[in-house]
Amino acid sequence: MRAAAPLLLALATAAAAAAQTPVDRSHPPVPEAPRPLRLPAVQRFTLGNGLPVLLMERHQVPMAEVRLVLRSGAATDPLGRTGLAAATADMLDEGAGGKDALALADAIDFLGAEVRTSASWDYSTVSLSVPVTRLEPSLGLLADVALRPDFPAAEMERVRKRALTALLEARAVPGQVAAYALAQAVFGQHRYGLPVTGTTASLSALRAEDLRAFHTQYYHPGNAFLVVVGDVTPAVVPLLEKAFGGWAKGDAPAARVPAPAPLKGRRLVLIDKPGAAQSVLRVGRVGPSRATPDYHALEVMNTLLGASFTSRLNDNLREQHGYAYGAGSSFGYRQAGGVFQAAADVQTQSTAEALTEMLKELQRIATPATPAEVERARNYLALSYAEDFETNGQVAGKVAEQVVYGLPDDFYSSFVPKALAVGVPEVARVGAFADPADAVIVVVGDRKTIEPKLRALNAGEVQVRTVDDVLGRPPRVQ
Amino acid sequence: MSALPAVLVLMALQAAAAAGDGARPPLSVPYETFRLANGLTVIVHEDHTAPLVSVNTYYHVGSGRERPGRTGFAHLFEHLMFEGSKNVPEGAFDQWLEAAGGSNNGSTNGDRTNYWENAPAGALELPLFLESDRMGFLLDAMSPEKVNGQRDVVKNERRQSYENRPYGMADLAIPDALYPPDHPYHWPTIGSMEDLSAASYEDVVDFFKKWYGPANASVVIAGDVDTARARALAEKWFGAIPRSVPVEPLTPRPVVLAAEKRLLLEDQVELPRLYLAWPAPEHYAAGEAALIALGDILADGKNARLYRRLVYDLQVAQDVSAYVDSGALASTFNVVVTARTGHTLEEIRRLVDGEIDRVKREAPSVREMQRFQNQSEAEMLRGLERVGGFGGKADQLNQYYLYTGDPDYFEEELASYRALAPSDVRAAAQFYLGPGRVVVSVVPRGKQDLGVAVAAGGGK
Repeated sequence: MRAAAPLLLALATAAAAAAQTPVDRSHPPVPEAPRPLRLPAVQRFTLGNGLPVLLMERHQVPMAEVRLVLRSGAATDPLGRTGLAAATADMLDEGAGGKDALALADAIDFLGAEVRTSASWDYSTVSLSVPVTRLEPSLGLLADVALRPDFPAAEMERVRKRALTALLEARAVPGQVAAYALAQAVFGQHRYGLPVTGTTASLSALRAEDLRAFHTQYYHPGNAFLVVVGDVTPAVVPLLEKAFGGWAKGDAPAARVPAPAPLKGRRLVLIDKPGAAQSVLRVGRVGPSRATPDYHALEVMNTLLGASFTSRLNDNLREQHGYAYGAGSSFGYRQAGGVFQAAADVQTQSTAEALTEMLKELQRIATPATPAEVERARNYLALSYAEDFETNGQVAGKVAEQVVYGLPDDFYSSFVPKALAVGVPEVARVGAFADPADAVIVVVGDRKTIEPKLRALNAGEVQVRTVDDVLGRPPRVQ
Repeated sequence: MSALPAVLVLMALQAAAAAGDGARPPLSVPYETFRLANGLTVIVHEDHTAPLVSVNTYYHVGSGRERPGRTGFAHLFEHLMFEGSKNVPEGAFDQWLEAAGGSNNGSTNGDRTNYWENAPAGALELPLFLESDRMGFLLDAMSPEKVNGQRDVVKNERRQSYENRPYGMADLAIPDALYPPDHPYHWPTIGSMEDLSAASYEDVVDFFKKWYGPANASVVIAGDVDTARARALAEKWFGAIPRSVPVEPLTPRPVVLAAEKRLLLEDQVELPRLYLAWPAPEHYAAGEAALIALGDILADGKNARLYRRLVYDLQVAQDVSAYVDSGALASTFNVVVTARTGHTLEEIRRLVDGEIDRVKREAPSVREMQRFQNQSEAEMLRGLERVGGFGGKADQLNQYYLYTGDPDYFEEELASYRALAPSDVRAAAQFYLGPGRVVVSVVPRGKQDLGVAVAAGGGK
């Protein structure tokens, strides 16, 4: 050990002194006033073709994160082409810029780089993480992937098989079956009712031409921006210009997704998994969009309800009743609306009891909590906020979110004071967003054991569905 | 037409990579360490990037120390550590920490039990108070009721993580077949339902007294804190805990299997999955680095040998992974492959063995080695971006301390990868990936014919 020996001597005397005056353990130490979260400034540049660059310098680790963000995602998918944005993103690195899929992967892997491509509801991302010593050659590869994908037919077939097989595997994962069923039941025919990544039917029908057309329509500098975070300075901008400056100018239409209709009343979707050791319980509702003025109040409320260890859902279902290993809740905010869900995987024989407790907590959150509960929730949310900004990837994700959703420049720096200002009445008011009266309950479990007691709860019309109802017939993939 | 430019690009990249490596300073996470009079090891690392601190505590006891009939106890005990101590009422550990903006978690494996608290820098004393109170005074607040409550939670964890998770039971079957009954890794950390039912309040008392003393623990304090202050606070909160009897570490006990053992499990799954597990040398022992490289060369990336052959070219598999599961006493080299519809695990096994035979004949290329080394370095750098939580710097310092005695082992680990020659990887494959291994087939119910045949009298 490098520093152990001299310090051992120094400490011996201190230890003797401390032993004579035992520390007062009668009350927990009181924290000092929180130190403010200071994020490095976002420096803005524009490349010759109009592509905006947002740069944040963080020099503690010699790594760089570069993300090209396209302001189009799964919400852009046309009717009958569900999964198109995701499939396009997925195929970007399967051959690009004159390299086939294997050569491209070899070049990226050799640099110790990670290139990831993905689509979410409202944007698509092509991201690079690499040691700064190898940033320059990696940028060329990133640009190849994002701007010059080939969408080779043979690779398309391979990737399609992989995606269809993943859908086949999902049939055996109770949590995934529940997730598909919940989205369908909450959103119905709305685009949000089907997964970002598409369905067996839609994936089977997609052709390479569809992906090429999507790329041609949406991958333009006028519909994109670059986020650069890490051990870099503005000296990186000429390198970005070299890699992305030749991308021809262009714009793209914005997605037009209607707001999803709120649910009226409650029903229970029961999906049989014979012999299951646990029942997967989900309660879902239509939730607010990312632009909601209630964002901070909702996050404090949800922290108290189900997003902390001491939250009411976890405390009730895990600590008080021992029904589950854990229980929680979350809001997913999107451009046109969102989803709220509460979740727990519970012991089969306690399914009905656990559901009763879950519904009780979703209802009770709309009545005023104690000031101590609200203080704990808002402190936990606000004072641990810095943990969301530890890695270059986390920071790049936050910057991307701010731009895509048009959040104010001070959104992150003002988050802590705004969250700390949320009080008991506001938490109770936005508790209505968790109201289980207008909701869908999904249960995936051993129907034979759990159905009688679930029906006896009268928690809503019971609809028994099969995995085939939710996921379609099993895909045939050879 | 594209061949020539591709070659030129590759040469340029190699030059760039080599240049980067040449200029690279050694990787180091600076720290100071000292030992309190009661035997507690404290390690301090300053990182003032964000106003956060993490307190990371390792007790050098894991499921490997459990007695027969009490499997799963070290992990159950981990749960009980959050249920309050003499000066921390039940529930207050989490309530007080959250009210200060802190979070926490813990985990158990065969070798150790770890606990971490992340907190705003100004709240550092709170996790030190909480952690020291349970180190010094857990039993003052322990009760049979608490044991019963967490027993239920842990049984639910077992249901959620193994019984109700596709393929989950394979994780329980492999160590059972790979290690002899008296080996500390024979039983899974989660334990059996019967043993969890049998765990008693008296067991908790005995286990705490034997294993949870300061001389069998190490605490890392990392983040936005001054070293001298961290040292003074560690002394203040932990210093008065009575000295405990130091615990002798277990002697490494790598195993050898005389022959192949085959098992077949039916599960609620759509696709069959093959698990191959070979005995491997203990964590950071000679030979392990070459096996880690081998795992990467076999399965990490499109050009990795198994991925390329099974997933990319033949498309008979959905996914493949190959990795070392490392422990202080012994490790396991694993290959896991999920077959696509229409393909049997026997077909998969032959293909996997074909690639493993090939790497025994032909050493990896220099480029394959460099790719592994460059990726390892990048992965390690990514790990340095976080201070707290599982896998953050505080956790890594403690992990290195436990397994090597040197908290700042980052450069040494990388150096062990850089020192590898292609022939080392070939030799490791030849030496370790022999016939003595465990072969587990997990197949959909009623589809035993999709598994690797379990010969009559064979298997366990």
